Amino acid sequence: MTREKLITSLQKIVKPYIQDQIAFENLNEETDFINDLKINSANLIDIILDLEDEFDIEIDDESMENMLSVKSAIDIIENKLAES
Amino acid sequence: MGVVAPNAIGLKNFLKAIKKGKSGIKFHKKLKDLKFSCCIGGVPNVSEEIKNKYLTPLQLKGFNSSGILYGCIAGMDAWKDAGFKIDSRTETDYSSGMVFGTGTSGVEKFRDSIYKLDNLKVKRLGSNVVLQTMSSGISAYLGGILGLGNQVTSNSSACTTGTEALLMGFERIRFGKASKMLVGSCSDDGPYIWGGFDAMRVMTYKYNDSPEKGSRPMSSDASGFVPGSGAGALVLESLESALKRKAKIYAEVLGGNLNSGGQRNGGTLTSPNSKAVQKCISDAMKNANIKSDEIDAINGHLTATIKDPVEIENWSISLGRKGKGFPFINSLKSMVGHCLAAAGAIENVATVLQLKHQFIFPNLNCSDVHPDILNLIPKEKIPTKMTRAKLNIIAKASFGFGDVNACIIFKKY
Repeated sequence: MTREKLITSLQKIVKPYIQDQIAFENLNEETDFINDLKINSANLIDIILDLEDEFDIEIDDESMENMLSVKSAIDIIENKLAES
Repeated sequence: MGVVAPNAIGLKNFLKAIKKGKSGIKFHKKLKDLKFSCCIGGVPNVSEEIKNKYLTPLQLKGFNSSGILYGCIAGMDAWKDAGFKIDSRTETDYSSGMVFGTGTSGVEKFRDSIYKLDNLKVKRLGSNVVLQTMSSGISAYLGGILGLGNQVTSNSSACTTGTEALLMGFERIRFGKASKMLVGSCSDDGPYIWGGFDAMRVMTYKYNDSPEKGSRPMSSDASGFVPGSGAGALVLESLESALKRKAKIYAEVLGGNLNSGGQRNGGTLTSPNSKAVQKCISDAMKNANIKSDEIDAINGHLTATIKDPVEIENWSISLGRKGKGFPFINSLKSMVGHCLAAAGAIENVATVLQLKHQFIFPNLNCSDVHPDILNLIPKEKIPTKMTRAKLNIIAKASFGFGDVNACIIFKKY
């Protein structure tokens, strides 16, 4: 799966949690989940569960801690997909 | 005020329903499938459309707590009815707080979580299990929606919860620690909240074929309560603050009392110490600075178990009034069942509506009043039809497991 496609799927998954519509519309690799999209930190857990379901992967605690931006999320998903 | 009851949602509909004597009790196949003895109950009819009007898609994601849903609807309605706007961009309001209680929160959500957890999927629980299953889930949700900045808490005292919440909020205002308090209570519905009561054989099993006849407070055929659910909410405010902002005033809280029978003198975990009940009522009158003959009507706890005659006797003794001298008395439970932790709050809303609109709502299913009750008071004190009456003061009491009691004195404003 290309990075563009991954970003599109990610965008769909984070949509229900975002609190900043403009940052969401301009979402790119540099977008930060909490600072830009204003997602409640507790909801990051739900995004990770949704990603696990979408890509049929398991995201470990350590990866979870690093998953704070679109870029880091895409990197982790790519890694996990390559492992499986 | 705001209300989500088995027979109506919203204050206007509820007023109409209680005037008409509309029952909200229905047969529930799910209870029958699960082999309940009592297969009838009162569940508010909240559509998806109503749900979406009150909670955001994000709040509704993974949401499975009927009590919190009912509480949010009733609480938000009450807040708007009191003349406030609900807007997430406003500043925190440090003069307004909340006491909003419940019994068990999010029991369905808890059940889902236990299944996941036992299947070794603790990580799959998501972020909102705690928020929906903690006792203070309702005050956490509502407090944020309304932006309240004073004390925000949830009380819990079984079927006394809603009436206790009101008195706790009232005391906080009297102490000068808040100018407005949203008070109320809510309860989940369904088999997982009602099962324990079915097992105790305190719910009626005789009316599965005629659900609307099942809830029979004060009747000689009363054979146990019918479970219900929902939420009620009231905004209490100091008179000074209410007058200053020209708020709509429904009634005045003159005073009240909370106590416990200590599970002595006949009181147990599940039944009341009558002496304590009588003391609770007399102390409430003292606190409200009224004489017992000033009470025009009573809204009782009266659940439709064999204990109803004892409650009437307790009222009669503490008021020193019997026979024709006894006030009117009614029980909302004949229409909505026993809404458990939500009962007190829903019934307080009904009581205040009676004062505001000067009527006594009808008691359903008690054309055959229990003989022990008729020994104390005549039939006409238990109206079975909506009755217009000049009402100045109504006393409301709630009693709960753990031998706990609450009594409030409301006055027409």
